[in-house]
Amino acid sequence: MAVGKEIKEQISSVKSTQKITSAMEKVAVSKMRRAQLRMEQSRPYADKIRGVIGHLANATSEYRHRYLQDREVKRVGYIVVSSDRGLCGGLNNNLFKQVAQQTKEWASKGVEVEYCAVGSKASLFFSSFGGNVVASQSHLGDAPELSSLIGAVKVMLDAFDDGKIDRLYILHNRFVNTMTQQPTAVQLLPLKAQEDESLKHHWDYIYEPDAKEILEGLLVRYVESQVYQGVVENNACEQAARMLAMKNATDNAGNMINELNLLYNKARQAAITQEISEIVSGAAAV
Amino acid sequence: MPITVHCDIVSAEKSLFSGLVERVVAAGELGDLGIEPGHAALLSPLKPGPVRVVKQNGEEEIVYVSGGYLEVQPNKVTVLADTAVRAGDLDEAAALEAKKHAEQAIENQGADFDYSRALTQLAEAAAQLRTIQQIREKLGKH
Repeated sequence: MAVGKEIKEQISSVKSTQKITSAMEKVAVSKMRRAQLRMEQSRPYADKIRGVIGHLANATSEYRHRYLQDREVKRVGYIVVSSDRGLCGGLNNNLFKQVAQQTKEWASKGVEVEYCAVGSKASLFFSSFGGNVVASQSHLGDAPELSSLIGAVKVMLDAFDDGKIDRLYILHNRFVNTMTQQPTAVQLLPLKAQEDESLKHHWDYIYEPDAKEILEGLLVRYVESQVYQGVVENNACEQAARMLAMKNATDNAGNMINELNLLYNKARQAAITQEISEIVSGAAAV
Repeated sequence: MPITVHCDIVSAEKSLFSGLVERVVAAGELGDLGIEPGHAALLSPLKPGPVRVVKQNGEEEIVYVSGGYLEVQPNKVTVLADTAVRAGDLDEAAALEAKKHAEQAIENQGADFDYSRALTQLAEAAAQLRTIQQIREKLGKH
């Protein structure tokens, strides 16, 4: 029938969109599970290092590492972790809003901000937002590797060493649950002192070769592992957000199809009615 | 039954080994280290190389680490393994790479980024068109 042709076409196009979104949803579900697993697997490393650093910092009390010292804040550094791809709802936008807000807060205190952009959405954002981006890293994929983050982190650590920045934060989405992701900023440097664990133990390690060197290496690794964790967690958030966005899109497509079907049936009914009335009036005229 | 100690080998990405062992042999910065249960607390960097663990039943397992740290406490041994070989100049190169990325992103606003800007402009224009249409419909009806 010629009547509903356009509507029919529209229905079939919406249907094929729905197929794509529902496939993307299913992919996101399975990717999210893996990302969550990765998140959990990276935790023991950071916990262990944290423990050792806590001990070292307390044991070698005459030597305070610069990463453990608070200094006056003139400039701060932010590592902003975003996703590489879109179609994940307001995830990245919420994060960037946080960036803008925190930048404003620092600006009101007369503090300058430097950024390190992780993920291509972040570098895109900074290209329009402005700001001093000193390092960027993108295309980390679904299974990010720590080794690809070393460079970006080192730029920020060097800046800290040279006194170009006095504090380093990481800003990423925190995985609260599948429905909620919260953009969070965590201070990486200087490391906040832990509660007095030192009083509990009266023993010390044998250091081979040197406590200072070990502390140095461990601190760098600790920061790196924190950034890695941020990236992995953000990845889990991305998948969860995408899953939700795609579920909504699928549902909306379903509603749209129902409406279009109704419209189509109405149009068909109208055409039939018209035809009948034409026939009847034609017969009456004869 | 031989005396054992708990050993964890963890990297930033995942746990590589966890279990009771009789002995751990690793390549320390100052030479090979053999750790047996009851070893004094020790902290040492590791050179890239295999870490050999002898498990409870005499079975051996070898885990390759590209450097890291070995922590020994009386009741447990922890290897904090690196996932990549670390060297000053390698790290430096990676840092330069990251800097270059950032500079490129700022310079290359032409090719890649115009696309996204065009997309947003298109979306804006479409929204404006929709509004105009809606207004027209309203005016037409009344």
